[in-house]
Amino acid sequence: MLAVNSVTLGGLLFLLSAGFSLIFGLMRIPNLTHGSFFMLGGYFAASLIGWGVGFWPAALISGLLVAALGGAVERLVLRRLAGAELAQVLVTLGLSFMIADVCLTVWTGDPVRIDTPRGLAGVTALGSFRFPTYRLAISLVAVGFAVALWLLMDRTRLGAMIRAGVDDPDMARVAGIRVSRLFTIVFCLGAWLAGFAGVIGGPILSVYPGLDQEMLPLALVVVILGGSGSLLGSLVGSFVVGFLYNFGQAMFPELAYVVLFLPMLLVLVVRPQGLFGRPAAG
Amino acid sequence: MRRLALVAALLALAALPLWAGGSFYVNIGSQILLYAVFALGINVLVGYAGLVSLGHAGLLGIAAYAAARLLNGGYGHLAAVAVALVLTLAAAALFAALALRGSGIGFVMITLAIGQIVWGVAYRWISITNGDNGISVSGRPSPLGLSLASPAHFYWATLAVFLVALGSIAILGASPFGASLRGTRDQPRRMAALGYHVWMIRFLAFLLSGFWSGVAGLLFLYYNQFVSPQGVALTASAEALLMVIAGGSGTLLGPVVGAALVVVMKNVASGYIERWNFLLGAIFVAIVVFMPEGLVPGAARLWRRATVAWTPRAAVAAPGGRPAP
Amino acid sequence: MDAQGRGGRAGRAAGAVSGPALAVRGLTKSFGGLLVTARVDLAVEEGERRLIIGPNGAGKTTLFNLVTGELRPDEGTVTLLGRDITRVPGRRRAHLGISRTYQIITLFPRDTLLRNVTLSLLGRSPLRWNPLVRLERQGALIARAREALARVGLEHLAERPLAQTSYGERRRVEIAMALAQNPRVLLLDEPFAGLSIEERRDVLHLVTRIPRNVTVVMIEHDMDVALDFAERITVLHFGHVVVEGTRGEVVAHPRTREIYLGE
Repeated sequence: MLAVNSVTLGGLLFLLSAGFSLIFGLMRIPNLTHGSFFMLGGYFAASLIGWGVGFWPAALISGLLVAALGGAVERLVLRRLAGAELAQVLVTLGLSFMIADVCLTVWTGDPVRIDTPRGLAGVTALGSFRFPTYRLAISLVAVGFAVALWLLMDRTRLGAMIRAGVDDPDMARVAGIRVSRLFTIVFCLGAWLAGFAGVIGGPILSVYPGLDQEMLPLALVVVILGGSGSLLGSLVGSFVVGFLYNFGQAMFPELAYVVLFLPMLLVLVVRPQGLFGRPAAG
Repeated sequence: MRRLALVAALLALAALPLWAGGSFYVNIGSQILLYAVFALGINVLVGYAGLVSLGHAGLLGIAAYAAARLLNGGYGHLAAVAVALVLTLAAAALFAALALRGSGIGFVMITLAIGQIVWGVAYRWISITNGDNGISVSGRPSPLGLSLASPAHFYWATLAVFLVALGSIAILGASPFGASLRGTRDQPRRMAALGYHVWMIRFLAFLLSGFWSGVAGLLFLYYNQFVSPQGVALTASAEALLMVIAGGSGTLLGPVVGAALVVVMKNVASGYIERWNFLLGAIFVAIVVFMPEGLVPGAARLWRRATVAWTPRAAVAAPGGRPAP
Repeated sequence: MDAQGRGGRAGRAAGAVSGPALAVRGLTKSFGGLLVTARVDLAVEEGERRLIIGPNGAGKTTLFNLVTGELRPDEGTVTLLGRDITRVPGRRRAHLGISRTYQIITLFPRDTLLRNVTLSLLGRSPLRWNPLVRLERQGALIARAREALARVGLEHLAERPLAQTSYGERRRVEIAMALAQNPRVLLLDEPFAGLSIEERRDVLHLVTRIPRNVTVVMIEHDMDVALDFAERITVLHFGHVVVEGTRGEVVAHPRTREIYLGE
């Protein structure tokens, strides 16, 4: 049971950190608004569902709303600061505070519940084990997206451009790739993934103030562990973190964060670029 | 002329409890000073070494929580303060060793992750930190027999600590080590080729900033008589960073101005607006986008432009010269 | 190897080595799949003026980076004054007598010329760890910095911020900083790049006046200007040493012409 929860959390984390990792790998900025995107997705969906929209359409639309916000942020603010990575990071931090407070004002401080979609409530039996159907569904969705993203990166022109941009942005520019448009696309994609993740995570985590601050460090640890810009790294990292966090919470509830800390420590000491990242230049 | 201004400022500061108009304002003064100590320490890392940390509230928190536990455990103030500072330094050494594995943005990310982990521990390790409820302490120390219970006395003690911090960091800035530090900020590669031990210089800067964060943590604890995960959260680190940036990193007085600004805004704003975080975020964004060098240099720049406009024959101020101490 | 008949040997300090001042053996470095430095052997005698030339991408600056320790070689050794420094970290090599200038000027733009050179001197002094005294008051150090600036004819600009100096002046500051450290081996990476004819003359004048107890190795891309300076020349091509010898020998060598005409 614990294992299933870990896989679920891992799946959610993958959706969250894949975007974060891509944004960091391509644009070289840790997007500190990413946790806020996750939370916003949940809040948007909760309202949409409250107005009668179905679960899955709400998930897609919330993702789009968050992506639109992300696009606006990238084009209006981040692009003005192109090249000044530190400034961009600080701006995303400031924005995360602003979004968090707006959410607090609009949706108040009480946790907002998102009900499990009716088709997936209940329990599925696999052999002699019984699992909550929804959690299985999340894992499947995550795997589905992992495959889709991998196909995107490996088989499409867009993916090739992204990979080129991650490997060597200057070369990519010289090769004629419109890097600034790529940035916007990737940022929106990452935001969409985060928002979508926030929605499908809703039935399990609910949505509440502070959710953004809780999810962001998890995404950070995943990227530190797995290496930035690497989908495989995000995948592996997400499941490692998911397992560690859940087992840590179950066995040493007070030390869950410390349990997370240790592998991060290890990776930093032994292989600072992350398990699948590329070594620092020079 | 500058000497005169300095003396006047010092006298005004020292006499504040007499002219401020009530203990509310004296307390604001204490708040400003204690956060100024925090910001000055962070500036050693951010402004002088060029390493931005988003996790320094973690060090402040470690000092505060350690002292709180010791005080409530029956230990005296001296023991609590000493042990808290030693623990904070040890933590700073560990954090520095980890964070320095990354450079530039990597450094920022690692300090952020570490800061959040400290927050997570403060929030979850309830048997030690009492979680969200925080830990209360009662009483303030009485150094040399003078009780710090009253706002005025606490203010003066904080002022003394602040002056020590300011003085020592001013001396550091003008010293050879300070020049080495700023060199590693501007041209780390060349500094190494010139014979400097860049990693060690940065490590020591981190330790120093950790020390002052610890001192600020103790002041924080004694001021509030309370510590909670709130004080260790990302918002706390961000506020501190804002103080440094807003005032102007790399200058001596910038962090002090920034601390004053943020504390005053926070106290004034919470009277009118419920949402301080929104304002904090907005100001962050505004300053980063429009006045990245900070208010002190930014205002100085605008002042120079204004005065040059009025007196066309005045010499244009040199853009750099020696870095401001 | 014409070791005899070279001035300056008589004035050497006691304990000087008899072998080359700087030697590399089998030095190899790859980036990714690209072999940038390929089993390079080099031996520069004390007091020699060595010029390293080669087309772009020949691996000249990488060679310098391997010598100063900014890069670690995949294979091979670096020997300085008889001592194997392959494992010595870059920051210690300055203390052992190597100084260098850079192709792209990377000085401290916010500081004055005097402060720039002072920082260079400070790097070799234990004073650099001192957090208590005032740097401004270190009279001896600052006097030596002024001297170093005077040696390159820039003493009158000592208080000028670097940002307000010309490119040629900054090149001379670079050389002043390197010379201030009293190196035994001085590496100059394209010191003439980007300079006007006059400025080149100034820098050449400077370089030729460097005392004979300093071994100078220069990288230049443009042969004309550096040819006067060189006693021996090493030609690199795609990371390999392809020609080496005295100035006359190298200039006349058919491969040299091939490489330079071919590009």
